[in-house]
Amino acid sequence: MKYMLLIYGDQERWESLGADELAAVIRETDALNRALLESGELVGAYGVADDAKVVRAADGPPAVTDGPYAEAKEFLGSFTIVDCDSEERALEIAALNPASRYTGVEVRALVHEAETQL
Amino acid sequence: MAAGRDREAVTDPDWTQVRRLAPEVLGALVRRYGHFDACEDAVQEALLAAARQWPGDGWPGSPKAWLTTVAARRLADELRRDEARRRREELDQARAPRRPAEESGSEPGGPDALGPVGDDTLTLLFLCCHPALTPASQVALTLRAVGGLTTAEIARAFLVPEATMTQRIVRAKDRIRAAGATFRLPPADEQGARLRVVLHVLYLVFNEGYTATAGADLVRDELTAEAIRLARLLLRLVPDDGEVAGLLALMLLTEARRPARLDGELGALVTLSEQDRSRWDADAIAEGVALVTGALGSKPLGPYQVQAAIAAVHDEAPTAADTDWPQILALYRVLETLDPSPVVTLNKAVALAMVDGPAAGLAVVEALAGDRRLARSHHLDSVRGHLLEVGGDRDGARAAYRAAARRARSLPERRHLLARAARLG
Repeated sequence: MKYMLLIYGDQERWESLGADELAAVIRETDALNRALLESGELVGAYGVADDAKVVRAADGPPAVTDGPYAEAKEFLGSFTIVDCDSEERALEIAALNPASRYTGVEVRALVHEAETQL
Repeated sequence: MAAGRDREAVTDPDWTQVRRLAPEVLGALVRRYGHFDACEDAVQEALLAAARQWPGDGWPGSPKAWLTTVAARRLADELRRDEARRRREELDQARAPRRPAEESGSEPGGPDALGPVGDDTLTLLFLCCHPALTPASQVALTLRAVGGLTTAEIARAFLVPEATMTQRIVRAKDRIRAAGATFRLPPADEQGARLRVVLHVLYLVFNEGYTATAGADLVRDELTAEAIRLARLLLRLVPDDGEVAGLLALMLLTEARRPARLDGELGALVTLSEQDRSRWDADAIAEGVALVTGALGSKPLGPYQVQAAIAAVHDEAPTAADTDWPQILALYRVLETLDPSPVVTLNKAVALAMVDGPAAGLAVVEALAGDRRLARSHHLDSVRGHLLEVGGDRDGARAAYRAAARRARSLPERRHLLARAARLG
């Protein structure tokens, strides 16, 4: 079963970290991703840029607006997709992510995916 | 992906004949040179080389001898790269003139080394399904080493990056080595338990294909076909185990309904009672019924046989109304004693409702309501919705279907449950 681990940014919280602590978080995240690759559980890990745009086409041609802004209380900061044997394991992986100590990690089972190769 | 092969390679009959050789070539190599993990890589490389060269150069007279020679050469190259002296000696051995693989049974070695080719394949299955591995690793390694699939093909079937699948296989082989497992059959008193693990791995491969949710499901069809092929192979190797026959029968009887299982456009699950039975595969049903009938009559009973028997009762009913529900209820009661689980009890509740009315089924469902094993599953609400609907409680049924849809673990299932809720207004 594949699971998506979502990490929401909390600008205030992340900015309150010192440079050393932030570097440690990054190193820890890299090491976790490496370990998940080596265990054959990593499908992908992505960081998400702050500047977001929203496209709405409900009332005619598509309209593009800015936001939601990173200054908002919660915005998507990064996500990881793992393929593992059980929900217990997915939760264990979430707990290994340093973000679990700061903003928390949201764990969602992926119930559908389209093929990506013909 | 090697040139000259594309996705239909997995089910292409000619190439399947080549893949069938993979465990035999690997078995011969491991018995001669040891180093299961290096041999397994070498056979994989030989298969890739074959896929590249044969379409252009023409097929060799003896595909097996060709694969064995190329794999042995790759193994020699690999061992040479490892500079250890001990391995150098084996390199010399590997370079020595080779006898055809068919003769490898006469190679000196332990008692297992004398076994026929079929024993090698069985030994390999036991090794790939070693209990020290995680289920995902067992599945990956079995499909590669026994199924002869490439890492790329397995990765594509499971929709993960190839690097991830590569690591899963590397990790599996590391664990086999760490567990001290060697290329020989497990002791006789352990074989029964180890065979259960092999059956479970094949069952997982089948289910991965059958409950697939992705796109056109082409790749996933190949997984069910491969699971059935491997189960047939296992039955030839272990003809006396009723559970092997039971699992193969269960797969065939389940796969037979695939053409009618999903609503084409939306991909919503179609329940058994609503499926167009004229689309079922009559040949697969006949084979499955014969297999399970033979096993039930002569072998000790096990859960796969009982599940296959239940599938057979469904598949043999010309219409849903003709279903022999008392028989199915009796079989679920047997299954409950052999392999108790809340899901089995829920299925029994459905049969009970068909025999004694929805209230009797609902009483069983409600008794399970607090079971923690079902807490995150959609099964209970799904069955509850069905029984409430049959009993005429439309509001209750709708709420139960919606609750089930929220927990459904596959899109066809979710679409089906939402459609049933919507139908109730």
